[in-house]
Amino acid sequence: MKFIVCVKQVPDTSGVVAVKADGTMDRSRMATITNPDDLNAVEAALALKDQNPEAKVIVVSMGPAPAEGMLRELLAMGCDEAVLVSGREFGGSDTFATSQIIAAAIAHIGLDEDDIIFCGRQAIDGDTAQVGPQIAEKLDLPQVTYAIDLKLEGDKLIVRRQLEDGYMTIETSLPCLVTCIKELNVPRYMTVKGILESFSKPYQVFDYNELKDEPLIELDTIGLKGSPTNVYKSFSPPLKGAGVILDGSPAESVEKLFAALTEKHII
Amino acid sequence: MVKFENTNPADFHGVWVFCEQRGGEVNPTAYELLSEGRKLADDLGVELCGLLLGDNVKDLAPAFGGYGADRVLVCEDPLLKEYTTDAYAKVLCDMVMEHKPEVVLIGATNIGRDLGPRCAARLHTGLTADCTHLDVDVAKYKEFLKSTSTMDVEKMQWDMSDKGLKMTRPAFGGHLMATIICPRFRPQMSTVRPGVMQCAPFDQAKADACKVELCPVTLSESDLKTKVLEVVKEAKSAVDLIGAEVVVCVGFGISKDVKTGIELAQQLADALGGVVGASRAVVDAGWLDASHQVGQTGKTVRPKIYIALGISGAIQHKSGMQDSECIIAVNQNGDAPIFEIANYGIVGDLFKIVPEMIEQLKK
Amino acid sequence: MILSQQHQMMQKLYRQFAETEFTDELLDRLEETEEFDWDIHNKMAKYGFMGVKIPVKYGGQGADSLAYALMIEEFARVSPVLSIYANTSNSLGAGPLLYCGTEEQKQKYVTPVAKGEKILVFALTEPEAGSDAGGTLTTAVQDGDYYVLNGRKTFISGAPFADYAVIYAKTDPTQRGSRGISMFIVDMKLPGVTCGKPEKKMGIVGYPTSDIIMEDVRVHKSELLGPLHKGFSTAMKTLDGGRLGMAAQAVGMAQGCLDESVKYAKERKQFGQPIAKFQAISFMLADMATEIEAARQLVYSTAVRMDAGDPETNKLCAMSKLYAAEMCNRVAYKAVQIHGGYGYIKDYKVERFYRDARIASIYEGTSQVQQMVISGNLLR
Repeated sequence: MKFIVCVKQVPDTSGVVAVKADGTMDRSRMATITNPDDLNAVEAALALKDQNPEAKVIVVSMGPAPAEGMLRELLAMGCDEAVLVSGREFGGSDTFATSQIIAAAIAHIGLDEDDIIFCGRQAIDGDTAQVGPQIAEKLDLPQVTYAIDLKLEGDKLIVRRQLEDGYMTIETSLPCLVTCIKELNVPRYMTVKGILESFSKPYQVFDYNELKDEPLIELDTIGLKGSPTNVYKSFSPPLKGAGVILDGSPAESVEKLFAALTEKHII
Repeated sequence: MVKFENTNPADFHGVWVFCEQRGGEVNPTAYELLSEGRKLADDLGVELCGLLLGDNVKDLAPAFGGYGADRVLVCEDPLLKEYTTDAYAKVLCDMVMEHKPEVVLIGATNIGRDLGPRCAARLHTGLTADCTHLDVDVAKYKEFLKSTSTMDVEKMQWDMSDKGLKMTRPAFGGHLMATIICPRFRPQMSTVRPGVMQCAPFDQAKADACKVELCPVTLSESDLKTKVLEVVKEAKSAVDLIGAEVVVCVGFGISKDVKTGIELAQQLADALGGVVGASRAVVDAGWLDASHQVGQTGKTVRPKIYIALGISGAIQHKSGMQDSECIIAVNQNGDAPIFEIANYGIVGDLFKIVPEMIEQLKK
Repeated sequence: MILSQQHQMMQKLYRQFAETEFTDELLDRLEETEEFDWDIHNKMAKYGFMGVKIPVKYGGQGADSLAYALMIEEFARVSPVLSIYANTSNSLGAGPLLYCGTEEQKQKYVTPVAKGEKILVFALTEPEAGSDAGGTLTTAVQDGDYYVLNGRKTFISGAPFADYAVIYAKTDPTQRGSRGISMFIVDMKLPGVTCGKPEKKMGIVGYPTSDIIMEDVRVHKSELLGPLHKGFSTAMKTLDGGRLGMAAQAVGMAQGCLDESVKYAKERKQFGQPIAKFQAISFMLADMATEIEAARQLVYSTAVRMDAGDPETNKLCAMSKLYAAEMCNRVAYKAVQIHGGYGYIKDYKVERFYRDARIASIYEGTSQVQQMVISGNLLR
């Protein structure tokens, strides 16, 4: 039994955000973090491993070499193995091509009858929430997105799936793919012992050569060339012109406010 | 898997809107997207078609005509009663492969964002998530850029004959806007953020003229690897942020007395006939539940009056409310970014200002 | 000093934990109730913080002294008192046992302490004897298979809720000064053991401190720790590790003061601009940051040298403690000064840091005792 968790290292958009002159994000000047929803996915896998100690948790990430730091941290949280999918050929991938490559990497690891793939719902840099379902499609697996609760019952996974106005409970056969949201759990911390062990746990890098014989990997399905979508334009969102600051005592400023709103027929 | 030949745009015609329903109740995104899809179809000179999946739902179809659909394709099957990824993705993909629309729009609801990527992967085409603006006409797109960016649009090179779908969406938590295209594959697919597209007025004549066609569905139990055990609607009625005309939103500024802060916001909202929203910080702290959240990871609102109390105005928040008609900000920090987009700002303590507002409104 | 990747990860872990778990609400509760908070203790225990420096074999995390110092620093940066929660087991608690305990004693006591299941405190100080152990009045008299203990220990941090205490007692009254003293592991539930009323302290509030009173307490001879009559030299060796920890705590507290001061100086406006724009303020900040960094480097390098068995360890640990503690007090003074009147108000974090900082130059040997140790080493 394996729990494969797909994770992404992302720029911390809650911190200092650097934008280059051409309107693209300057990733080199921003701090990186493990994508928050992905940490919920890791926790989901580790919690399930706590109940099924024979299971192995493997974290898989696609990205440049420095993503190793993030993967070591996940090993220090208790994951057993890490795989970094990294290569020039993979660069410029949109969600379609990214899911193609990660699906190939998972196929390369090998998927057994009782395995579960966990993903975060979405990454805070793109907010697309597309890669998880697309991996499921490419591996022909059932998917459950927006998981807020899950439990393993025999050879079935019971997942509570969040809806805007409630939830639905879904039973799925294994292997399957689940996308996790922050309501699912609170991710654990690393431990000091885990940190000391993290550098001796299995760590592999899958480059293009390693994956090229996988059926999903074709040069026209990966990287920039294999991406159906392209960026047409990108730009910084506009700022509204500054308004009026109403000063004076609380009573005075509120009076001014309502006078202005009444004058403009807003109220 | 059947290979679907989709690299020749000339083979694809028409704009489709996936009209989401749950338990016979139409999701408002269906009407929003039909209204927007109508404009795109007109610019392209093609038909607008609604796609409705469910069990015994065809009576819902004519209303879609009232929002702009020329035709509604209805797929009915007992296995489509509750949403499942497997059944819905199969039927939607089968329909697309058969009818070959050039554009497919899906509401970016929890269901739409489950279905969309699955179908795009199966159809081997691009999908742009959570879009907030759509264009096919380059001239209109240029006008859009002029009003929303600082780019020198006229100095740029444009191919005016390009009729591809230009799908604009926020990225990096709203710090950047990106326009995405899907030039080589069809259909061009997009999920569209709920509440962003404006609903057209309902037109009864158009509803009457709308063609409704029942389409055959090929679906069997064996296509479904998941089973819906139950669907539960949460008893607590989620606040209707999107539909509200007035939103009074509280931020971390209420931290020194959370209870009073929320009460004051509620009283002010009641006095103005509005609802209470919250910034991400407030929801993360557990002071209000996520249904109140406004912003990039919450809801996008565009009320007539938006009152920000103790909200600094992080970009994630602004992207969810900056299109409000009138923004009023109360914050103790005069340098808070919220004042950059506020129509009216009061620098001061919300615990003193808000009671004053409630008092004066009573008069 | 450049930290290894592992140490950087640990620093990140400690910081994340402290910033997330040491909430303002918790810190205020500790201050108000003055009581030990089991919830946060248990949470720290769950993540192994009680045994960072204790070998894996005895239920610990198996890390080194630098890993321990980093933890105390990062915890103290947010809450000096909560850094003590994770400190005792790693330093004076398990220290003497790891140093000279039998295998049986280590299994029995160190393992539950490393896991945070039991709390073990160190009881050396007496009303008439602290750094001068010669004044030790607590006695242990052999009676068959038992020793009978009588006496009073004072200012024992953690005593009111401890399971065990390492007690220093005179076993050979004929020997003078620090000789003739032995260590015993005393179960706090034994008949005759009582605790005094918790002290009302200036700082480090929320980690109760009290006396331990022993009246005819019968301790089995298997609980004798280390060689008979030679307990004090062992105590001196374990004090080195404790001093390093307290030096790290001082660095953390000082950093907390600096963080608050920088934030405040940027926010607070006077004469139409943030006070950070005034050199009177910004130069104070510069001095604070420089002193903190100097102390930090001394602490880190001492930690590494201690683990490498450097013969100067005793002197280096005393230097770290002396410099960091005095530095911390200077920094806390400036932090309150920068805050002006607000720094004197309990709503502001520096007020608590200022009170907490005061202990740094007092416990585990006052600054003057550190000076004695350092000069003693120099003038040998």
